[in-house]
Amino acid sequence: MTIAPERPITPQARPAGGSLVEQFEFGLDAPICLTWELTYACNLECAHCLSSSGRRDPRELSTEQCKAVIDELQRMQIFYVNIGGGEPTIRPDFWELVEYAVDHQVGVKFSTNGFRITPERAEFLASTDYVDVQISLDGATAEVNDRVRGAGSYDTALKALANLRDAGFSDAKISVVCTRENIGQLDDFKAIADEYGATLRLTRLRPSGRGADVWDELHPTPAQQRELYDWLMAHGDNVLTGDSFFHLAAYGESLPGLNLCGAGRVVCLIDPVGDVYACPFAIHDQFLAGNLLGEGGFQEVWQSSDLFTELRSPQTGGACTKCQFFDACRGGCMAAKFFTGLPLDGPDPECVQGYGETALAGDRLVPPASKDHSRSQASRNAPVLLNLGATRRRPVSACNEDPLAGGDLS
Amino acid sequence: MSDRMLEEPWTLSPSVALRPEPFGALAYHFGNRKLTFLKRPELVEVVRLLEQHPRLSGALEAAGIPPDQHEAYAAALRALAETDMIRPRHQEAV
Repeated sequence: MTIAPERPITPQARPAGGSLVEQFEFGLDAPICLTWELTYACNLECAHCLSSSGRRDPRELSTEQCKAVIDELQRMQIFYVNIGGGEPTIRPDFWELVEYAVDHQVGVKFSTNGFRITPERAEFLASTDYVDVQISLDGATAEVNDRVRGAGSYDTALKALANLRDAGFSDAKISVVCTRENIGQLDDFKAIADEYGATLRLTRLRPSGRGADVWDELHPTPAQQRELYDWLMAHGDNVLTGDSFFHLAAYGESLPGLNLCGAGRVVCLIDPVGDVYACPFAIHDQFLAGNLLGEGGFQEVWQSSDLFTELRSPQTGGACTKCQFFDACRGGCMAAKFFTGLPLDGPDPECVQGYGETALAGDRLVPPASKDHSRSQASRNAPVLLNLGATRRRPVSACNEDPLAGGDLS
Repeated sequence: MSDRMLEEPWTLSPSVALRPEPFGALAYHFGNRKLTFLKRPELVEVVRLLEQHPRLSGALEAAGIPPDQHEAYAAALRALAETDMIRPRHQEAV
């Protein structure tokens, strides 16, 4: 099975010297940055959830298994992980695992919708050095946010930010997925970040997970992409992007960051059951490299899996390599192409030169979701978009785990 | 005029860990959480040797860096000092 864009027939040797990007295309001995989704359980059911979260997977790694993973990350000198989910704080052992990680030289940034960031937790977080908190907010007003994240989620996020600020926690991150409905609010997001002494982090909406169902409706228009690019160029140093918008580099000047698809090369994802995927936006069988419960652990998956080996070479063929902007955008995001049914060596669906729109208008087959932990029935507070979604692919599994199993909601 | 830095004692910061990579190393500072890439194996060797030598030039010689490149290495090391990846050794005295 070949999923990667066209590569040289005989593997190229890693060049000596050269730019970091050239080196990164050949992969690293360990990821620079690793995302670890601790649970698929979530109290929310965001319409665009990239991991299709909702219900806890009964095979979720145990506390001891998680600690063994952290031990291995320490041995591999992976200095920090981005912990997410689902809603990671739902796990009853969440705080225990965070403390275990920082005690083992693995710094933690965790993403949360904020519902567990009580004044007491905020105090604890303010007292630690190696824990960073990222609160998700997808609208600068409740109206825009709650439409995709669900009723009450805006107030929850702002309450968490207030608790962190009042406890003296400095520099929390506010993480915004940029959509058609919130691109016009960039200045308002910045004002919220300033008000709470936080840093704004903008990321790209991917057609991954449930995002595939709402992408057509929510992804920024071409004019909005330009607006976002100009805004990022003007605010670049004070706003984080997780290297999310490298497809916009084809407008001309590159944004700060690597401007490279890091999937399987410098980043990867560990999911709640220990499956290792090429990147956080690619939870699909096609991008599954292996499971870390195997004999060689995470290290063997990272260093020797067939999929990651295949991803670690420069792209040589395909329509994009003939484009004059190829050096700038490197063909864009692999996951965005895959989940919109476009060829991986062709243009990104949001190619700013317009090749994506042409490709989207042609024949394509959107791949069916291969992993889905969505709840089988939407809850009372479910986002409007989820209720309207005519194309929702409900999970067929009979698994009816309560997403809050083991959690303490009080 | 030669760079004064070459005559000074330097060391890797105590909060920095070096992770070997095929092209050199990744340096991570646990204090300020900065991540830096050392793009040449020779530079990694120099950084590792710093604390064993009373002068930076000694570490460069020990790593086999030709004298005509010492100034260029001093400039690269100065950039590392800006984010406290390396620091003058007198600062570590308690």
